[in-house]
Amino acid sequence: MPESGTTEAAPRSVGATIELEGLTKRYPGSDRPAVDDVSMEIGAGETVVLVGPSGCGKSTTLKMINRLIEPTGGRIRIGGEDVTDMDPVKLRRTIGYAIQASGLFPHMSVAQNIALVPKMLRWPAARVRDRVEEMLDLVGLDPGEFRDRYPRQLSGGQQQRVGVARALAADPPVLLMDEPFGAVDPITRDHLQDELIRLQRELHKTIVFVTHDFDEAIKIGDRIAVLREQSHIAQFDTPEAILTNPADDFVSGFVGAGAALKRLNLTRVGDVTITDYPTVGVDDPLDEISARLRSAGTDEVLVLDKRGRPYKWLRRGDIVRAQGSLARAGVLVHDTVTRDATLRDALEAVLTDNTGRVAVTGRRGAYEGVVDVETLMNSVHELLEADRLEARESQTGPEERRSAQTHAEQEGTRPSGDRGEAQA
Amino acid sequence: MNFWEYLESRHQQLLTDAYQHASVVFQCMVVATALGVLIGIVTYRSEWAGSLATTLTATLLTVPALAMIGLLIPIVGLGVPPTVIALTLYGLLPVVRNAIVGLRGVDPALVDAATGIGMSRLSRLVRVELPLAWPPILTGIRVSTQMLMGIAAIAAFASGPGLGNLIFRGIASLGSRNALNQVLAGTLGIVVLALLFDAAYVLLGRLTISRGIRA
Repeated sequence: MPESGTTEAAPRSVGATIELEGLTKRYPGSDRPAVDDVSMEIGAGETVVLVGPSGCGKSTTLKMINRLIEPTGGRIRIGGEDVTDMDPVKLRRTIGYAIQASGLFPHMSVAQNIALVPKMLRWPAARVRDRVEEMLDLVGLDPGEFRDRYPRQLSGGQQQRVGVARALAADPPVLLMDEPFGAVDPITRDHLQDELIRLQRELHKTIVFVTHDFDEAIKIGDRIAVLREQSHIAQFDTPEAILTNPADDFVSGFVGAGAALKRLNLTRVGDVTITDYPTVGVDDPLDEISARLRSAGTDEVLVLDKRGRPYKWLRRGDIVRAQGSLARAGVLVHDTVTRDATLRDALEAVLTDNTGRVAVTGRRGAYEGVVDVETLMNSVHELLEADRLEARESQTGPEERRSAQTHAEQEGTRPSGDRGEAQA
Repeated sequence: MNFWEYLESRHQQLLTDAYQHASVVFQCMVVATALGVLIGIVTYRSEWAGSLATTLTATLLTVPALAMIGLLIPIVGLGVPPTVIALTLYGLLPVVRNAIVGLRGVDPALVDAATGIGMSRLSRLVRVELPLAWPPILTGIRVSTQMLMGIAAIAAFASGPGLGNLIFRGIASLGSRNALNQVLAGTLGIVVLALLFDAAYVLLGRLTISRGIRA
């Protein structure tokens, strides 16, 4: 329910359904409506991405949901309740809103920015304070370090995290995101996308996300609405279905080349086997490390730093040459992936590092396991196999494709693969 | 009598004049600021209203101070009233113009964000737009104050308060023993006051402009 943000009883509201019915926006003096008769049902807790070329009205459609742009026709229902004629200011306090380049107010500290909506909802001061800490923690920023900073003292990625924290602060059931990661560099964008997926798994909000980047849509969306001009829905389906069965030339044009490679974006590291790997602490004595290497029966161990993050790869030979000090021995870990990273990210990391595997990290970058190149090869093989099967049957719906994929994962999953879920 | 002896013998009178000068400028600035920011708030959204406000206040400024005070005397009489009215009107332009420019200069994305997270129009204005427009508004207030310091001297023409009296008396009795000293004391007094006010504004800026947007 939209009101649940204000009630003390509900500690955490999950998503609410959103129904758009014949939503239309017509600007005066223009003969064609900017958004023409959009109808869409979005399930509670679902992430729906609106994707389309610029000027197609996707952003206008999004802004009509919280009535930043007043629709000229149609109805909006959130959680079953018609909000088309509700007081827009009250409505917006129950809907999280995150925009490009974070939209943080530069004259307010991080804490003040996050506290805005809870304060407008007249939460008691102590609760607001706790909530700010909780939100900073949630988006992976240390409250002690970042609470009192001003937006300009943050990197683009950090600003965007705070922007998401502010949008979620009053615990709204619905979160609208308008190209939120459009203004950050590709690497940061990747991390932010992973974070959002992790958050969403914890929070189960209903998210409507606007982007013009189809790869981003595939990565984030449970379902994707590909829009053409005037927000006409060209196809509204799961990423898998859109990739394998584009509805028409417009959609396949938008999907672009390399659909097979993009399939890798649909499977996450958490879905494949994450194996354990012998690790040692950076402060462990050398003879202990040697003993660990012998007992593990491998040529290499992963050295973790004091906070349990992957630090460097250490080979047997490195220890012999190290002569008592680890400071210069081994190869620094270049890249790690989280469970929410896609197989494509993982493959990238494995290909750039020469160890044949990539470390998987969890909260605050702590080590959780590794994925090796064989696992990745097997997964790719299975994905392609499933695609071929699909092509042969040509009429297969997304449900069956999903089950085929799940089946493939089960085959490839050894018991150790389930281990990390509780930690994550 | 040299200048220093003059200052020493008349310091009581000089301090009173200086205090009155500062006081009238300060009070007129408070009114001009309140009025100017209000005019800015009312007009900044509309293209034509904003231009109209800027043009009107600019036109006011082109009226010579002496003429303005002279014209006011038959209407409101001598003394404090014409001084206060003239100073307030002259003080408006920089404040109005900078308020409009400052409010219009707020990043539309931030206005969008403020509305999008559920701020009412008033709270958006008070908590987002005005704080962000405050640095240029303060600059306008500074410029206005400097200007009013000089214009206030002319108020003596209408028997108004302030250091202008010294200057006028000096000019009227040129050739007498203390004429030059009077003019000099009045002028220097105004310069010193202007510098003091400016220092106060710098301090005010440090105190009221958020660390997040301070240059």
